[in-house]
Amino acid sequence: MRTFFIRRIFYSVITLVILATTIFGLVRLTGDPAYLLAPEGATEEELQSIREDIGTDKSLPLQFGTFITDLARGDFGTSFQNGQPVRDLYFDRLPNSLLLVAAALAFALVVGIPAGIISAVYNGRWMDTVSKVVALTGMAIPGFILAFAMMFVFAVQLQWLPVFGIGSWKNLVMPAIAVGWYFAASTLRLVRSSMLEILDADYVKLARLKGMTERKVVLKHAFKNALIPLITLTGVNFVVMINVATVIELVFTWPGLGSLLIEGIRGRDFPLVQGVTIMAGIMIVFANFTIDMIYAWVDPRIRLNR
Amino acid sequence: MTQPLLEVTDLNTHYTGFGGSRVVKAVDGVSFTLEEGKTLGLVGESGCGKTTTCLSLVRLLAHGAEIVSGSIKLEGRELTTLTGAEMADVRGNEIAMILQDPMTSLNPLFDIGDQVGEPAERHDRLRGTALKERVKALLHSVRIPSPDVRMAEYPHQMSGGMRQRIAGAIALAGTPKVVIADEPTTSLDVTIQAQYLDLLRKLQDETGVGLIFVTHDLGIVAKMCDEVIVMYAGKAVEQGPVRDIFTQPAHPYADALIRSVPKLGSKEALYRIDGQPPDLSDLPPGCSFAPRCAVADERCHAEEPPLLEIRSGHKAACWKLD
Amino acid sequence: MTAVSPTDLPAVSTDTEPSALRRGLGVLGELPIGSTGILLGIVLMAIFAPWIAPHDPLSAVEGAQQFGPPVWGEGGSWDTPLGTDNLSRDVLSRTIYGARVSVIVGLTGTAIAGVIGMIMGVAAGYFGGWVDSVIMRVVDAWLALPTLVLAILMAAVLGPSMWNIVFILGVVYWTRYARILRSEVLSLRETEFVKLAQVAGASKFRIIVQHIVPNVLNTWLVLASLTVGVVIIAEASLSFLGVGVPAPTPAWGSMLTEGRSALITRRPHLIYGPALLIGLTVLATNLFGDWLRVKLDPRQRNL
Repeated sequence: MRTFFIRRIFYSVITLVILATTIFGLVRLTGDPAYLLAPEGATEEELQSIREDIGTDKSLPLQFGTFITDLARGDFGTSFQNGQPVRDLYFDRLPNSLLLVAAALAFALVVGIPAGIISAVYNGRWMDTVSKVVALTGMAIPGFILAFAMMFVFAVQLQWLPVFGIGSWKNLVMPAIAVGWYFAASTLRLVRSSMLEILDADYVKLARLKGMTERKVVLKHAFKNALIPLITLTGVNFVVMINVATVIELVFTWPGLGSLLIEGIRGRDFPLVQGVTIMAGIMIVFANFTIDMIYAWVDPRIRLNR
Repeated sequence: MTQPLLEVTDLNTHYTGFGGSRVVKAVDGVSFTLEEGKTLGLVGESGCGKTTTCLSLVRLLAHGAEIVSGSIKLEGRELTTLTGAEMADVRGNEIAMILQDPMTSLNPLFDIGDQVGEPAERHDRLRGTALKERVKALLHSVRIPSPDVRMAEYPHQMSGGMRQRIAGAIALAGTPKVVIADEPTTSLDVTIQAQYLDLLRKLQDETGVGLIFVTHDLGIVAKMCDEVIVMYAGKAVEQGPVRDIFTQPAHPYADALIRSVPKLGSKEALYRIDGQPPDLSDLPPGCSFAPRCAVADERCHAEEPPLLEIRSGHKAACWKLD
Repeated sequence: MTAVSPTDLPAVSTDTEPSALRRGLGVLGELPIGSTGILLGIVLMAIFAPWIAPHDPLSAVEGAQQFGPPVWGEGGSWDTPLGTDNLSRDVLSRTIYGARVSVIVGLTGTAIAGVIGMIMGVAAGYFGGWVDSVIMRVVDAWLALPTLVLAILMAAVLGPSMWNIVFILGVVYWTRYARILRSEVLSLRETEFVKLAQVAGASKFRIIVQHIVPNVLNTWLVLASLTVGVVIIAEASLSFLGVGVPAPTPAWGSMLTEGRSALITRRPHLIYGPALLIGLTVLATNLFGDWLRVKLDPRQRNL
């Protein structure tokens, strides 16, 4: 377990380094950011003063050095639009995004896991067919199209749910479903195929031979083994969800990190955009690491290896 | 005469596939009895129906298979008419089973204590310390050293031999009356096999369970079993006391099986039975063994021979024995 | 028991599987009708847009109003069946032309990602060692990053233009290929015919081109068909967010931006066209990709 832990930390750190470097490289090497920040028809002097402001007048290695040290200190830059540190703005909006992703995750698991189990247990019968079809369409229809469809039906036509913003649980429903829908479908698929395989295994047979009720066999003996690939899937899908959430936030005007990013882009506030991207990346690396740890905890084969 | 522990009468288990068009008679009219403290062997080639017979006893048949007729009485109680829930009460509690492959029959995610204790928890309602003591005692009886330590460990930390012994402990945890062992030593190292068989013998002496031993190895039959049923293509072709069958085999198949066991020190060529086991979905008319039988005649190929008693307790199904 | 004779030994196979191309052509007769039909329709729509669309997508329709209603609404006409947008342009025509952006970006973006991914994956798989480690660490890091966010960042920096988007998407999505192709190459490396070629002294380059690449083409094709959908969504998302294909070029994503504001004012007709088509296209590519996967290699279950 210990080597596992250390190795994971090591990888995480390397990923963070690559992340920071990539973002740094992308922004610096693809053009002069000063142009983005300067108004039209700026003179060379004005551009130069902007460069001094944001530090791009210095040599590249020096810039990188400052960049890294700033990051290490927790300084992710200052927003041009309102002068606040990016970090503060980030943490301001973070809870909203986390709420959205958590709700989407909850939706996906609450819908996907039972559906997958039922599908596997009733394999071949109508419940299975229905859920297979649902899963297929779920994975094929992009989240933000679904968002529009839902918005149209539930908010505009039926007026059951509010269209925009944040406030009550009603605001959360559509965005959470839109973000979590794809993941619910892929969870269903995975749980179903894992369970089908597991239910055929010898140890499940033995559980039945012991006289355990079918319910216990499915939920205790079989399902726990299905958790392992499910956790891996969750990790992968977490990243996908962040991507989707960014767009969905805009569709529903959900004040989260995605919206923050877009505001930054619209306002040509490149420190904000850069800072948010880095912080989002860090958060993901951290989340992946946590998922790896959960994985190790569930599977004793990893936990108990020297 | 005391009631036999297990009484199976004319058991028929069929697989229906392809929308009912194909019927495979996996178990075709098998009958036997098992007494307390005795061991019955089920012998035959792969696919002859021995495992299906066992699964029929506990009614854990695969999709598409079902018991179409026959009776299974455990201490006088009919099992074929029980509901699913009632059957779950019987499994582990009155009839238990040891599976063939120790590497896959234990759940990798639960510790040994949990897995061994489960039948006791479920059927005897043991909890807490009582349960723990029970588990320790069971592990001790299957000769697992340091049961306290082992209880908290996981299957992947144990060898195949140990796992199979744990499987034995699991089987006994619910204090069953009948234990079915489906080729329990096939996946074990040869050096461990003998030890394991001794262990099973000892446990049987201690607990008085009836043991049904499925195997393709006649050496094991000779060592462990009191009675034996030789199966071929789903039918019992010969059954009776082990000694009688080994010394005076009646059915050509049983005879061939016994002859094909290599004799230590002998320089004779190995005896082989020609041909392959038949496709159960497409059986030829008449005796199923006729195509491979050295002494089959016209009648053998046309009519199926019934299982008849040729000596006291010794039955065989062959036309050539009249 | 007879002794083992030389004829019992397995023959060394020198055949490679028939190439994906040959197999693909043979399979033409079994294509799934629904998805192929839709995909073909979209592509044709893109190519023949100028002939199909009733109006010029970039200029206002004469005599029409802003936010004109669709044909089934009050005051609608068949002249502008899906209504008009905020600049009085015909929605239907813009939708039809929008197919061009999606098709071009979808195909070229996937192609670029595919080429980079193929090179990286094959290199990592075949050469192993430090090449493998480096590439895989980069892939891991890349996959851990929020791809769309990265794409947004790059789009913001590079400036909005269709070809920038294509480039960005290619750079962002190559990792899916690399990972999967690498494991294929790893197992291919151990096969008989590759070993035979190595023993025979063929150059690494030759082995790769002649043996490795043709045999990973199947997987590559399946991945490509599944990636097209992802890329199209990514492009639509970027356009929706305002950092994709710039106005006034009609793109389904940006049409949705306009449509969204109009949705609130009870003028939903702006979103019908683009939403329906994005959904349909992606659905079709996914179904097609699924079919392709099962067709080319029924052993592969979870891609």
